[in-house]
Amino acid sequence: MSQRCRTDKGGRIDRDQTIQFTFNGKAYSGQAGDTLASALLANGVHLVGRSWKYHRPRGIMSAGAEEPNAIVQLEKGQYTIPNARATQVELYQRLDASSVNCWPSLDFDLMSVNSFFSRLMPAGFYYKTFMWPKFMWMKYEYLIRKASGLGESPDQPDPDRYERTHAHCDVLVVGGGVAGLCAALAAGRAGARVIVADEQSEFGGLTLASHAQIDGRSADSWIQVTIDELQKLPEVTLLPRSTVFGYHDQNFLTINQRLTDHLPLTERSGGREKLWQVRARQVVLATGAMERPITFSNNDRPGVMLASAVSTYINRYAVKPGNRAVVFTNNDSAYQTALDLKSAGSEVVALVDARAASASEIANTVRSAGIEVVNASVVINTRGRKRIQSVKLMNLSADGKSVSGAIKTIACDLLAVSGGWSPVVHLSSQSGAKAVWHDAVAMFLPGKSLQAQASVGAANGTLDLKSALEEATAAGNSAASACGFNATMSVPTADAVQQDPILPLWLVPSPKGRGGNQFIDLQNDVGASDIQLAAREGYRSIEHVKRYTAMGFGTDQGKTGNINGMAVLADTLGQSIAETGTTTFRPNYTPVTFGAIAGQDLGERLFDPIRKTAMHAWHEENGAKFENVGQWLRPWYYPQVGESMHDAVNRECLATRNSVGIFDATTLGKIEIRGPDSAKFLEMIYTNNWMNLEVGKGRYGFMLGEDGMVMDDGVTIRLAHDHFFMHTTTGGAAGVMAWMERWLQTEWPQMEVFLTSVTDHWATAAVVGPNSAKVVSAVCDGIDFDVETFPFMATRTGTIGEVVCRVNRISFSGELAYEVNVPANTGRFMWEGLIQAGAEYDITPYGTEALHVLRAEKGYVIVGQDTDGSVTVDDLGLGWALSKTKADFIGKRSLTRPDTVRKDRKQLVGLITTDPNTVIPEGAQLVDDPHVPIPMPMIGHVSSSYYSACCGHSIALALVKDGHSRRGDTVYAPLANGQIIEARVTEPVFYDKEGAKSNG
Amino acid sequence: MLLIECPWCGERDESEFSYAGEAHITRPRETKNLSDEEWADYLFMRKNPRGLHREQWLHAAGCRRYFNVERDTVSYQISGSYKIGEQPPSGEKV
Repeated sequence: MSQRCRTDKGGRIDRDQTIQFTFNGKAYSGQAGDTLASALLANGVHLVGRSWKYHRPRGIMSAGAEEPNAIVQLEKGQYTIPNARATQVELYQRLDASSVNCWPSLDFDLMSVNSFFSRLMPAGFYYKTFMWPKFMWMKYEYLIRKASGLGESPDQPDPDRYERTHAHCDVLVVGGGVAGLCAALAAGRAGARVIVADEQSEFGGLTLASHAQIDGRSADSWIQVTIDELQKLPEVTLLPRSTVFGYHDQNFLTINQRLTDHLPLTERSGGREKLWQVRARQVVLATGAMERPITFSNNDRPGVMLASAVSTYINRYAVKPGNRAVVFTNNDSAYQTALDLKSAGSEVVALVDARAASASEIANTVRSAGIEVVNASVVINTRGRKRIQSVKLMNLSADGKSVSGAIKTIACDLLAVSGGWSPVVHLSSQSGAKAVWHDAVAMFLPGKSLQAQASVGAANGTLDLKSALEEATAAGNSAASACGFNATMSVPTADAVQQDPILPLWLVPSPKGRGGNQFIDLQNDVGASDIQLAAREGYRSIEHVKRYTAMGFGTDQGKTGNINGMAVLADTLGQSIAETGTTTFRPNYTPVTFGAIAGQDLGERLFDPIRKTAMHAWHEENGAKFENVGQWLRPWYYPQVGESMHDAVNRECLATRNSVGIFDATTLGKIEIRGPDSAKFLEMIYTNNWMNLEVGKGRYGFMLGEDGMVMDDGVTIRLAHDHFFMHTTTGGAAGVMAWMERWLQTEWPQMEVFLTSVTDHWATAAVVGPNSAKVVSAVCDGIDFDVETFPFMATRTGTIGEVVCRVNRISFSGELAYEVNVPANTGRFMWEGLIQAGAEYDITPYGTEALHVLRAEKGYVIVGQDTDGSVTVDDLGLGWALSKTKADFIGKRSLTRPDTVRKDRKQLVGLITTDPNTVIPEGAQLVDDPHVPIPMPMIGHVSSSYYSACCGHSIALALVKDGHSRRGDTVYAPLANGQIIEARVTEPVFYDKEGAKSNG
Repeated sequence: MLLIECPWCGERDESEFSYAGEAHITRPRETKNLSDEEWADYLFMRKNPRGLHREQWLHAAGCRRYFNVERDTVSYQISGSYKIGEQPPSGEKV
């Protein structure tokens, strides 16, 4: 080992397993059991990054999830991970890490010139400076982002696989520290199904770095015995490296388990992360507490660390973070750090305690160890650039509001700071329990939750081990009991520790009345002066101050410093911290990869499945281009060699109108409606009459919402007196099904009607054009295809070989047309039969584009294209479809609402462009006069627009204000590119206006 | 992710259900006799309460039954599910 700051003994690292890694291109070694942060410290590396705004040098501050500074980029290329916290990255062989946010290098950062201008970049600087002129914002934003970005996101597809699992348990214990393990043991011994999740590689939490005794043995030995017992309990699941990052309604919690991140890249296999979605009957939150800093001038230098982190690096990682240390505290807990430093061989120059006196047992132990304790003093400033070199001390007044006396300078290379502890109330708050401020302990504690949960130990503000074990045991027992188990574990024993009370201290008063560089949020470079400025500018709510100053907006979400910021705001506004309150704690507790969230829901297979018809392979083999319609993949057009889309569509349209075309109509929604009240039900669902429809005949119908607007349309066929077969639009099928079920189940339960979705049961081919009867009759046996005996809107049953088919004479093109339906798995058989029989008429397959052109030529609307939920049947000019005789149907009453009958409603019209070859873009707005200044009064928009080869000119459907009375008027479509298209308003039928072709 | 009890299938995750709006809105019988105001009240006006709310849910990825849920819109606590035509568990008459 060449790690110069590694202590000779102790720690939980494996001294036999040396690990090579690189940081910013330089090679280092660490030991198994190290984090990246502890390994860097073992090599004497404190400087790990530059700050976000001023590019000040920053060092490792913490030893856990709260780390604001040591943010690194891991690996390169497709395996790169941005913004990892070095304090949570387990070291592995050949780990390649680098600092984020420094350019061109960590040691020489060009952007640090910003730090000399920090007085010019106050809170809201970006808002204030770059707001104007508006059009320049995009440019500013680019430069700001380049200067202040964090890590770089990967630019290649993620090669890893991510898993997801659902789990149910009796008790979910969050946090595997001593309190969590104790609660889990109580519930687990009783037989409850328990999941224990902890974000670290090892269970034990902060206690792993302590000298405590439990049940008469050392804490780490108690932890090991407890884990051994838990592992033997069949209903207990232990999840290390698993962060519970969200607490949602009804005890639904999300856990991100990291499976392979701790392994060298070459040894990783299987899923990288697993997302657990857990529904727990009871939750025990043992999430611990985080030490918070004290804010003073230049409190951000490398070498300024949280005291508990210093203890953790010494005791757990066998690292000596400094040779000459000063400890600065306002409470008892940092006294242990002073002892830890001394035992690690560091010189502790002074323990600076803001409190006027400290006389607890541990304070006396520190004094008797020969460490100088300086009471009623504070650190007011530091010196040093890439590493702290000295601190300046002054006396603190009794009221804590000013400093006095001579400035004393002490040289040091480490400053361990403790401002007290903040319980990790994030998950508790997410569960709906508002954190409550308690003056006596100077902490926000978990509030009362409506969910079945309890916070225990440090997470509940109980820092004393003995009391924490009592709470945890009680919570474990009672959680298991609430699930019906007989849980009676007795409390593990530990000694009570008497502590002197904390002296709340957030911001050290400055000698001149104004201090600089007093950082609250180190990741976002938010200083105390920014908070004070925000208050002076009128901001009162902590939520607003947060957004104005960006405090807590970093990837660390302000875990360490936010509380100081709230206190500074409270002080500036002259109110209490309780009145100021906290910002909202939202998921995720720590950042979660997109991969974990997406899991296997990727691509068309699992994220958004593709639906294909039984004839899909034929379409592919015959060169179809496809388009997405809902989840369906439908043939769009079938280009032949050398054909453009335009050419292909023109050819398909002409072939269909002149001879015969064939179209895959399988995707239309199909719903079977059965039962004695079916006709009565349809009378309510559709706008027209259904009682009088003959068996064997169909009818076109409009479905309205209760607001009277068109919702869906289609042909419904009566197969028997009590049996109907409904067609819906392709995209509307599921919605129509749910809509009809709702009426039947909630409003008309007395109706005996049963609905079955059969869309996927049938394959449908539409055979369309003057020669269609010849083709269909050659294939389908048992049906008389005489146009008189098999009339329009009739249905017949026949056979194709041994397959039963249902043929409906329905047309969506104005041509003689038949829709041939067979059971879905015989679809291709039917299709190929029709293609073969149609060969002599040059049968032409056509896609959705030609379908659209053919129907638009006839003015047939597509619901959802020519309607948008604000269009009535009358607006479409199809008032004949509204029954005048029915007493009621869904939406009928709305048809006489003032808004529905007003004169200037947008109504469906046809448009013919002055230039026959110009096709107006769909969605184009229409105006009467294109030469008035913008914004021009708009009178409507184009809903469908095509070139019609059959008409020899372009055609369009449009919704125009009062359009039905505007035939012959000229309107204009001014486009974004300056072009203005002139068109004449016509009736919306362009081809075969007399309907002569429907009989072939 | 709410935990919703379907009266037919039992407790399931919210992702199996779809929301269907306020419950206990009865479609008027003689719609043609209604004033525009009365019809608009049925059509558009919803309670949107802060607190207990009775709402319809569809067990869309399950039994496809509509049923009612009584839920607190602030805490999201669900006091219970009940079938169409039944009274809510709070005992409050609707």
